[in-house]
Amino acid sequence: MTEGSLAALVALGAFHGLNPGMGWLFAVARGLQERSRALVLQSLPAIACGHAASVGVVALVVTTTGSVLTTRIVAIGGGVVLVGFGLWRLLSKRHFRWVGMKLSLWQLGCWSFLMSSVHGAGLMLLPVLTTSAAPSGHDHGLSSGPVGAAVFVTGVHTLAMLAVAGVIAVLAYDVMGLTVLRRAWFNLDRLWAFALICAGALTVLTAS
Amino acid sequence: MALWKADPSFYASPRDAIAAPPEKLAYVAAFDRAAQKPDAIAVLDVDADSASYGSVVGWTELPYTGDELHHFGWNACSSALCPYAPHPHVERRYLIVPGLRSSRIYVVDTKDRPTSPEIVKVLEADELAKRAGYSRPHTVHCGPEGIYVTALGGAGGNDGPGGIALLDHTSFDVLGRWEVDRGPQYFAYDAWWHIAHDVLVSSEWGTPSMIEDGVVGELLLGRKYGHSLHFWDLRKRRHQQTIDLGDEHQMVLELRPAHDPTRQYGFVGVVVSVEDLSASVWVWHRDGDRWAAKKVITIPAEPAPAEDLPPVIQPFGAVPPLITDIDLSVDDKYLYVSCWGTGELKRYDVSDPFHPVEAGSVRIGGIVRRTPHPAAPDLPLSGGPQMVEVSRDGKRVYVTNSLYGAWDDQFYPDGVGAWMAKLDSGAEFGFDERFFPHGDDFRGLRPHQTRLQGGDASSDSYCYP
Repeated sequence: MTEGSLAALVALGAFHGLNPGMGWLFAVARGLQERSRALVLQSLPAIACGHAASVGVVALVVTTTGSVLTTRIVAIGGGVVLVGFGLWRLLSKRHFRWVGMKLSLWQLGCWSFLMSSVHGAGLMLLPVLTTSAAPSGHDHGLSSGPVGAAVFVTGVHTLAMLAVAGVIAVLAYDVMGLTVLRRAWFNLDRLWAFALICAGALTVLTAS
Repeated sequence: MALWKADPSFYASPRDAIAAPPEKLAYVAAFDRAAQKPDAIAVLDVDADSASYGSVVGWTELPYTGDELHHFGWNACSSALCPYAPHPHVERRYLIVPGLRSSRIYVVDTKDRPTSPEIVKVLEADELAKRAGYSRPHTVHCGPEGIYVTALGGAGGNDGPGGIALLDHTSFDVLGRWEVDRGPQYFAYDAWWHIAHDVLVSSEWGTPSMIEDGVVGELLLGRKYGHSLHFWDLRKRRHQQTIDLGDEHQMVLELRPAHDPTRQYGFVGVVVSVEDLSASVWVWHRDGDRWAAKKVITIPAEPAPAEDLPPVIQPFGAVPPLITDIDLSVDDKYLYVSCWGTGELKRYDVSDPFHPVEAGSVRIGGIVRRTPHPAAPDLPLSGGPQMVEVSRDGKRVYVTNSLYGAWDDQFYPDGVGAWMAKLDSGAEFGFDERFFPHGDDFRGLRPHQTRLQGGDASSDSYCYP
C-alpha cells in the first residue's frame, strides 16, 4: 500500500461520507424525529457497519482473487465491469427504493449495506485494491495476506467515511438545519457515476 | 433528465414550505357533465401582481370525452427528500390526472409551458385493471417509492374492493396493487400517511355502483356507505386496524394528517350522519399501541321548508351541511371545512387538535341560501364551497363548487354552475373580491380540485420536523 493509495482510500471514504444518501441524512432524520442528538450519534456506527460490510465484500473478493490469478487480469476485468456499472448508474433513471423510517439499529445497518452495495461503493475502491493487492510496492507492514489487506482497506475507508458523515450529521443537527439541503444538495449520484467510470478506467490503464 | 441541484419546490420540513414564495399559477380540473366536450385542466393566474390575476389563462383539453376529472396530484414532491431513499434531483413537473369515470390516467407536463401544459402519456383503463385490479382512480399522492393512486372500484366486472395502485414515478407505468394484505378493507376513497412513522391511513366512500348514478337513498338510510378508517403498515403494506366511526356516520372522506412528521394525528371529514343530517370532523390519534378516533366538530343541519329543497332531501325538511372536503394548513394550525350543502366554509383553529375553535366562516352558494360572491352581489350561486386548497404559507385559500357530476345534479337540480373563489386567511378570514372566475370562464365545464404550482397544503409530506 503506497502513500498515494492510502490517501485515495481516505478521500473516497470522505466522498462516501459526504453523500446524504449514504446515511448521515438518515441519522439526522432519526435524531430530529425524537429530538435526540444521542440517536444521531447512535445511528452513525450502524450505518458505518453496513457500509463496511458492503465495501468489505468487494475488497475481499478482489484481494483473494488477486492473490490467485494475476492482479492484471483482475484489474482489467474489474475495471471493465466498473466502467459498465458507472455508465449504467449514469444513464439509468432508477434510484434506490426503500420505504420505512422506523428502523432498529440492526435494520439501519442492513439499509446501509444495501444502499452502499446498490451504489457500488466498494467497486469504487477497485484501483486502490488492485494496486495494494500487488505483491510489489511500498509496504506498511500489514501484508498479512489477502484477508489482512481487505480488512485494512475496509477499515481505513470506513473510518474516513464515518468521520466525515459524523461531522456533517452533527453540524446539520445542531447548527445548519436541513434548509441548506435545498441549496446545497448537489446531485452526488451523477458525480458518483462519473467517479465509478473514472475508477474503472484508471484501474484498466494502470494494469495495462 | 435529473437535475444537478435538488428541485427547489421540495422542502425538508413544513417550516421550509411555509417560507416558500407564493404560488403564481393554479391548476384546476374541470369536467363536462354531459360528456360531450373533452374535460380540461384549467390554468388560473393567482399572481396578485399580474394583470390577468383571477382569470383562466390556460386550458389543456383532454383527447377524449367522459373522463370526469376529479382529483389529481404531482409526480414528485417533498417526500423525495426522505432519508431512506432520497432522490431530490427528480422534478416536480408532471400532474397525474385520473378520470374518475373513465379510469384513464393522464400524465400532464407543466414544465416547458406552465400555462399550457402538455399531455405526455395516457394510461388506459385496462392497464390499471390488468396490472392492479382496480378502476375509478381517485386520489394521487407522491410517495417515496412511487406514485400512490387510490381507486374506488375493482376490475374485470367486480365492483370492489377498491384500493391503492402504485405507479412508477419515472415511467408512470402501473406497477401493481399496493396492498399485500388488505384485511377487511373493501371500500376506498382517500389515502395518506404519517410518512415518518411508516403508517398509511385510508378512508371509505362506496363502490362505483353506489355512487355513479347519484347517492342511493336506500343505501344511505340503510347505512351501507363507508363509515370506517383503516390503518396500514406503510412499509409492509399490511392492514393493521379498522376504526368504525359508527354506521350512522356515512361516507368518511378526506384525510388530513398533521404535516409535522413528529406528530401522529390527523383529521377526517364525515359527509352526513343519517340520524340528524349533521356532518362531522374526527381526529385520529395514537392511543398506546393502537389508533383511536374522536369526533371533534359537529355541524348541524339547517331546517328549511320542503318546497325549497331538491327531491333527494325533501322528506327531511332540512339542509344537511355535507362536509365534502377539509384541508389543514401546513403549520397544522387551521382546518378549513367545506359545507357544500349549506354553502359555508368554516375555519377552525386546531392548534389543540382535540378542541377545535371556530375562527371564521364565510357563506357562498348553498342549496337554499344561494349566497352570492361579494364581487357579484346580484348573482345567486349554486353549488357550495367544495374542494378547498390552502397555499403553502397558509395565507390563501381556494375553493371550487362542484362535487361529483351525478351528485351535483341531485342536490342542485337546477344546475350547479361553475365558480371558484379565493379567501385571504390571516387575522381576518374573507373573500378576495378580485378573484372570482365563474360561469363562462370555465367554458361550460365544472371545476373540481385545485393544485397550486410548486405544491400546496394537501400535496406534500415531510420527513423532517
